[in-house]
Amino acid sequence: MTDNTPHIETGPLEINQALLKKRNAREIRFRLYGLSAVLTAIMVLCLLLTSIISKGYTAFEQTYILIDVRLDTETIDPKGTNRLEDLAAASYKSLLRAALREQFPGIEGRREKRQLYGILGTSADYDVRDAVLDNPKLVGTTATIAVKASDDVDSYFKGYISRDVPEDNRKVKDLELIWLDTFQADDRIIKKFNVDFFTNGDSREPEEAGILGAVIGSLYTLAITLALCFPIGVLTAIYLEEFAPTNRWTDIIEVNINNLAAVPSIVFGLLGLAIFLNFFGLPRSAPLVGGMVLALMTLPTIIIASRAALKAVPPSIREAALGIGASRMQTVFHHVLPLAMPGILTGTILGMAQALGETAPLLMIGMVAFIADIPSSMGDAATVLPVQIFLWADSPERGFVEKTSAAIMVLLAFLVVMNAIAVILRKRFERRW
Amino acid sequence: MIKKVLTATALAGMMMAAAGAAQARDQIRIVGSSTVFPFSTTVAETFGKTTGFKTPVVESTGSGGGMKLFCSGVGIEHPDITNASRRIKASEYEKCTKNGVSITEVKIGFDGIVLANSKQSDRLTLTKKQIFLALAKQVPVNGKMVDNPYQNWSDIDKGLPNSKIEVLGPPPTSGTRDAFVELAMEGGAKKFESLKALRKSDKKAFKAIAHTIREDGAYVEAGENDNLIIQKLEANPKAVGIFGFSFLDQNADKIQGSIVEGAEPTFENIAAGDYGVSRSLYFYVKKEHVGSVPGIEEFVKAFTSENAWGDEGYLADKGLIPLPAADRELIKNSARGLTSLSM
Repeated sequence: MTDNTPHIETGPLEINQALLKKRNAREIRFRLYGLSAVLTAIMVLCLLLTSIISKGYTAFEQTYILIDVRLDTETIDPKGTNRLEDLAAASYKSLLRAALREQFPGIEGRREKRQLYGILGTSADYDVRDAVLDNPKLVGTTATIAVKASDDVDSYFKGYISRDVPEDNRKVKDLELIWLDTFQADDRIIKKFNVDFFTNGDSREPEEAGILGAVIGSLYTLAITLALCFPIGVLTAIYLEEFAPTNRWTDIIEVNINNLAAVPSIVFGLLGLAIFLNFFGLPRSAPLVGGMVLALMTLPTIIIASRAALKAVPPSIREAALGIGASRMQTVFHHVLPLAMPGILTGTILGMAQALGETAPLLMIGMVAFIADIPSSMGDAATVLPVQIFLWADSPERGFVEKTSAAIMVLLAFLVVMNAIAVILRKRFERRW
Repeated sequence: MIKKVLTATALAGMMMAAAGAAQARDQIRIVGSSTVFPFSTTVAETFGKTTGFKTPVVESTGSGGGMKLFCSGVGIEHPDITNASRRIKASEYEKCTKNGVSITEVKIGFDGIVLANSKQSDRLTLTKKQIFLALAKQVPVNGKMVDNPYQNWSDIDKGLPNSKIEVLGPPPTSGTRDAFVELAMEGGAKKFESLKALRKSDKKAFKAIAHTIREDGAYVEAGENDNLIIQKLEANPKAVGIFGFSFLDQNADKIQGSIVEGAEPTFENIAAGDYGVSRSLYFYVKKEHVGSVPGIEEFVKAFTSENAWGDEGYLADKGLIPLPAADRELIKNSARGLTSLSM
């Protein structure tokens, strides 16, 4: 049979080379397409991040004005008790205003006085109070205290308000500029890290607004979501994958779960409104309800991911366990589930990250609201991070522009951490066969 | 199975607990207009800070959505107060009465609706008639109604700039849009004799013409986010935007309000009633909840104090245009006395 061996001629080989060249060129082109797709994606991401960070980093700083306040014993502690409660209850606003008038004598008229007081933030008196409470010995002396500037003054020092604009159209008027210049010439304008942004709830004043309420709300909501959808999702996946017979019913269930994963999230919000609020009478705007709605939304994701993880465990593991006499339940819980766990956890964390960024279903159950108090339980009114971003983005005050971007940065940080945990879990515990 | 039963029981238990917690609500709940939202929240925040009561929760649902929630009944699961950028409609009032809700109306001030463009372009000087001609779907030409033929502002009047009509405004769900078509468009339509006659003979047909905004791309629905409209105006100096006065007030360094019927949209002009495209803002209080939800009376008092809604009050800083002093006094008394609204 040796004469059957095809012998190669030079002609066809040349043709092959042309073809080869073409194929190589095609491959190079394909790689370039792929590379340019990746580069475009990276560029867009960079653009997004640069725009967010360049707009938002200033929100982590707050302008303070150093003011010499005469901490008059008469006003603060007339009885001389020196008790902290009495010190806390005093009216520091009047002291602060007196200090401003002293700094700029000759300010007469209601309008001008109002303007003068307006360069300080609405809760600047709390800065004075806190300074006194920190050091009660200050009472009776004149102390230099850093108090928060108003949002417009803050914007001016951050360069968002230009001096060149005609006065009528400028939020900081000429008179205020003169005062601010005086302060600046005395080195009385300082910038500090904006702690309040992380410790305050929402506010209508940009300089007071903080993100803590939304962060706590998000944590409560996610805790409820996790507590509900992790056990239900994993048990569903185990049952469907390991115990359920394959018949028309399980097929229908499977199709339905896959469909649910693609249902727009607003639909789950409507469902929550109809069932949890109207039927069960649960409180509006509560993280409890928000968590339940998001759990419904996340369940399909977790079930699908868990089933995939269970499916990836080789049958030989199950057969070996059954072969040495383990029951099916023992097989699942002692052998299959531990091996599938990294995959299940990854799926769960990705589902949670998706739930963290969701606003649409929360709109229907009243979590898109102005809530200044920081929630202290799962039944309290609360909002979540993405909703806070939405609300700030919609506010007319210029100071909220930087707050919006800063809140996006905080949300992104949460998402990055969650996704990083998912990656670490997978890398560390994943078994390959 | 046992686990599922356990989970179900736990769930049910949680719901009971939450429902129990909701039995006694100690926090005022406010819903309604997105235009009143900035003012309502400011009062809520100050109220929470200066009194012992919890800060009220304010939801921005739109005037219509707020009324729907507000009128759906009495009980802690329903809101206590609703904000509106228009007066309550007769149909809504009926629904409220049917569900056992009696209400107190509080008018809080004015809001101007402005047409504004970027400072890089010239300020527009418009009449309501020109606004109607620029934005209506059908306009009268030589006594006949035809699809709006005007593409450039200069097509309408030689004095207007020779640039494409491009207006960014709110969608139909918005109260601002309702007020705009009613005040500006209808006001303009009335200037035509033929339409004026139609208004007398067939009010519905007139409204259909006056209230329908063109859909050929000259009017762009820009969503409810007014900040977005302002950013778009900056990027496109030829475009004109429609939004509430407070956004013009906060962005006066970048955009300018068009003069309508000879009046510039300024704080003073709107307060004096000289600027034609302005509307009243309201909130409505559910009287049945006074006493069962703590703080409602005090909240009304805080809202109607000179410190809040007065000429120099903190709401004026946020862009609310105060009522005349005499009206304030009158409304304050009726609001604090919780006078029932009857229609």
